[in-house]
Amino acid sequence: MSGLTGAYVPGRSPLHRLGAGAKLLALALACTALVLLGSPIALGGAAVVVVLLYAVSGVGWAAGWAQVRPVRWFAVALFAVQALSAGLPVAVTSTLRMVLAVALAGLVTLTTRTAAMMACLERCLAPARFVGLDPFRLSLMLSLTVRSVPVVSRLATQVREAQRARGVEWSVRAFAVPLLISVLRHADTLGEALRTRGVDD
Amino acid sequence: MIEFSDVHVRLGLRDVLCGVTLSLAERRVGVIGANGSGKSTLARLINGLALPTSGSVTVLGRDTRRHGARIRRDVGFVFTDPDAQIVMPTVAEDVAFSLRRKGLRPEEVERRVGAVLAENGLSEHADHPAHQLSGGQKQLLALCSVLVLEPRVLVMDEPTTLLDLRHSRQFAGVLRGLPHQVVVVTHDLTLLEDFDRVVVLDGGRVVADDEPGAAIGHYRKLMA
Ligand SMILES: Nc1ncnc2c1ncn2[C@@H]1O[C@H](COP(=O)(O)OP(=O)(O)O)[C@@H](O)[C@H]1O
Ligand SMILES: [Mg+2]
Repeated sequence: MSGLTGAYVPGRSPLHRLGAGAKLLALALACTALVLLGSPIALGGAAVVVVLLYAVSGVGWAAGWAQVRPVRWFAVALFAVQALSAGLPVAVTSTLRMVLAVALAGLVTLTTRTAAMMACLERCLAPARFVGLDPFRLSLMLSLTVRSVPVVSRLATQVREAQRARGVEWSVRAFAVPLLISVLRHADTLGEALRTRGVDD
Repeated sequence: MIEFSDVHVRLGLRDVLCGVTLSLAERRVGVIGANGSGKSTLARLINGLALPTSGSVTVLGRDTRRHGARIRRDVGFVFTDPDAQIVMPTVAEDVAFSLRRKGLRPEEVERRVGAVLAENGLSEHADHPAHQLSGGQKQLLALCSVLVLEPRVLVMDEPTTLLDLRHSRQFAGVLRGLPHQVVVVTHDLTLLEDFDRVVVLDGGRVVADDEPGAAIGHYRKLMA
């Protein structure tokens, strides 16, 4: 989870100084390259490059691991299925491909402030204006999503603890209903707070 | 200057406020009352988040019904739960979010954000994720994000309810130093000690309106 929320790690590396737009473009190109690379050796080379990029960024290995951690079981399952059905080389390439793409995307979030990402998205989404969408709103939606992860997870913990205090160990309904209510209440206040901060005016 | 004239608010089938007439010019105004007495509604009327069903509310000479957006620029609002108010993932970004439409150069935004964070003791957290702050620090962040816009009036709805004693004292200290007109809804009676005026609501009506000592005395009798 810290992958999404603890996102930005302050620093002065060349990666931090690179513009958000440049990084997103590079990410898109790199992911395309990962898809095109076919041999385990080529992907091994790509892995070395990714590790070097992390080293240059100075965000620390723990932060990098936090990005990849959420997909670790998926990676294991993918590897197992591919190894059994298509053989070891294919399993290695497809698993590395997925993990490296996640690691690179993580590196972009770790070295880019949300505000910079928002500004960039707002510019990229500018053409959306022609179909009646407000680019500012679209990019705000993105940062609100990032911001809401820890809040909702805190609400979920609270509900869970309240249930356990009352002796209910696990019940989907006893969990989902109060959580939904508190999330809706939170969303309601958030909407008002956005209005008081001039978003609707 | 905030003026309520014969304000009624009806929500659903309920009369939440019934004929409130007040003119608030004091620098420190407290609002107290039982749960459900209409305090939050009164607070939200001041920046046009709620509108009167009948009667009118005027802030700095403008009617909230017609000039809501303009009034929200002059009236800052602090909610009870800072998590509902902080919209950006990190501290400095949240404060900067307030300034996004000012058309300021990035260096100027950075300067103003830095200044308000420094004034309120949050500088060292500038690049930290907001969710890692303590409750008290989050509330200070919510306040910073409001102060950076240089509002003329501040309205706060139970700003210290979720804070521990030390953090509410710290928040009270910050509040005391603010040059703005401040209207605070609270259950924290010690916060009101040096206020200029305290309004007591009960069942949607103003039942006392006095200096803190007398108003709090009335409230205690009401709750006995
Ligand atoms: N949207 C609504 N619809 C119906 N009743 C409401 C609504 N919002 C608030 N109320 C009712 O209005 C009364 C006053 O609310 P509020 O101003 O929040 O009081 P306080 O802040 O003093 O607790 C409460 O009894 C509440 O249940
Ligand atoms: Mg209330």
